[in-house]
Amino acid sequence: MNQKLKSYTAQTYIAYALIAPAAIYIILIVAWPLLETIRLSFTNSSLAGEDYIGLENYQKMFSSKKFNGIVTRTFVWMFFSVSLKLIIGLIGAVLLNANLKGRSIFRVLVMPPWVVPIAIGMLGWLWLYNGYFGIIAGVGMRTGILDGPFGFLAYKQSAFISTIIADVWVGTPMVTVFFLAAMQGVPRDLYEAAYCDGASRWDRFFKITLPQITPVIITMSLLSAIWTFNSFEIIWILTEGGPRGSTTTLIIDTYKQALGNYKFGRGAARAVVVMILLMLFAGFYLALLARINKKISHE
Amino acid sequence: MIFILLPFVEMFYASLRPLDHLFRSPYQFYSDDLSFWAYREMWNTVPMLPRYIFNSFFLASVTSIITLFFVIPAAYSYARFKFPFKNSSLYILLAINMFSGAVLLIPLYKVLRTFGLLNTYQAMIVPGVAFLIPTAIWLLKSYFEKIPIDLEEAAFVDGASRVQILRHIIAPLSTPGLVVVGIYAFIGSYAQQFLFAITFNQKKEYMPIPSGLYEFIGYTTVKWNEMMAASLVGIAPVLIIFLFLQKYIVAGLTSGAVKN
Repeated sequence: MNQKLKSYTAQTYIAYALIAPAAIYIILIVAWPLLETIRLSFTNSSLAGEDYIGLENYQKMFSSKKFNGIVTRTFVWMFFSVSLKLIIGLIGAVLLNANLKGRSIFRVLVMPPWVVPIAIGMLGWLWLYNGYFGIIAGVGMRTGILDGPFGFLAYKQSAFISTIIADVWVGTPMVTVFFLAAMQGVPRDLYEAAYCDGASRWDRFFKITLPQITPVIITMSLLSAIWTFNSFEIIWILTEGGPRGSTTTLIIDTYKQALGNYKFGRGAARAVVVMILLMLFAGFYLALLARINKKISHE
Repeated sequence: MIFILLPFVEMFYASLRPLDHLFRSPYQFYSDDLSFWAYREMWNTVPMLPRYIFNSFFLASVTSIITLFFVIPAAYSYARFKFPFKNSSLYILLAINMFSGAVLLIPLYKVLRTFGLLNTYQAMIVPGVAFLIPTAIWLLKSYFEKIPIDLEEAAFVDGASRVQILRHIIAPLSTPGLVVVGIYAFIGSYAQQFLFAITFNQKKEYMPIPSGLYEFIGYTTVKWNEMMAASLVGIAPVLIIFLFLQKYIVAGLTSGAVKN
């Protein structure tokens, strides 16, 4: 007994020793900055120095109409982007799961937007959205939908929509691949049984596939919401949050305040709001994951 | 499908067309003199391009090597030992994945400034590694778990030391896993070279491809055909690596995040 206990603690030491480098690294580069951000949010820190100013940053932030607009805009942007990703991803996964010719090639071809550096992909989109010479404006003018050059990123509403579309382009492949993986995990005999019972294609999809992959759909919507919420590069490269703030989301605003104006304190207050929201998302996600895992281990 | 591929096709097509054809009104769909001219000319327009490409590769390689260095022992430990806080710390790792770097920029910026590390390679590598560690641990852990523990125990009974076990049993068996995780880290750090790069580095000598090219977009006359050509050159390496190894990468990532 004593020996066993001893070897157990020895093992624990080894285990911790092996994890220590990674853990210390993460604490230094992730955990400490998080705490420091919270501290800074109560100061008027800038390049000049810092003083403790209590809740002033928060009071100013929450009483500003602009900030409230940004929060609302972030959620609207997120809602459209995530829903589109899920819908297109689901349709894409169904198609890629079907017995079509060349599907293995298509399975590879859906993935490039996911692997390619987002920033470079966005340079391509900048060109597509070009009002005079981009292909979208070109097709629009040729077909008469547009009666002249149209800068997609120059007007409030079109810029809002354009950034969503670009974000969907980046995010959909991953959603598709995860859905596809889930669909392939659905037991074959379920379909065979349904086929024998004469279930139609639609029935098979709605009564077998969909319920079977629901856990994955839920986890993916949360994950995708988190990533979309964090999306920085796409908007930054396409519009830098403009025109006139119409594509400024929380992340963009945080960045602008902190590193555009070097108002670290104000930026930190925004970062804290981002953090709290992210923690809520993450909490949901982890609770969900724990439940799903429990279910799997019970079965 | 069209939606996903069109941007690439159009980027490639635009890169082949002469500039005055691109800038013609009314809009033209085709050019008769397609050429790879832009691919030659871009080296003049973007004089630092070779340097950017080198930087991108250098940053991605160093970042992924450092990541592996931290991740291998940690992942092994998670796969083999039982210890207090094992599961909760694994979940914390997952949660870290959900924080965007943007939240941490302010303190990191201040620290880097204090130590005079702004505008260096380190400024881009250090935060990059931190964001690759969590997923890499999850990925590699699942590979280590697939190595039967009996093998190790047998060797242990035969009197092999831990180091010997690691060298002769674990290392050879986990090579495929290490390769996949290494590639994940490489692609990951290659792809994330924007936020940290534009924030912590203003020096052209150290810019990776994305932030280097981004600079040129601000100019009044953008030579789009060359821009697209240069972008495609920047995309090509990851795309090629990915096409060859997509099976392993996708399998690893999907199993890690959904089922674990």
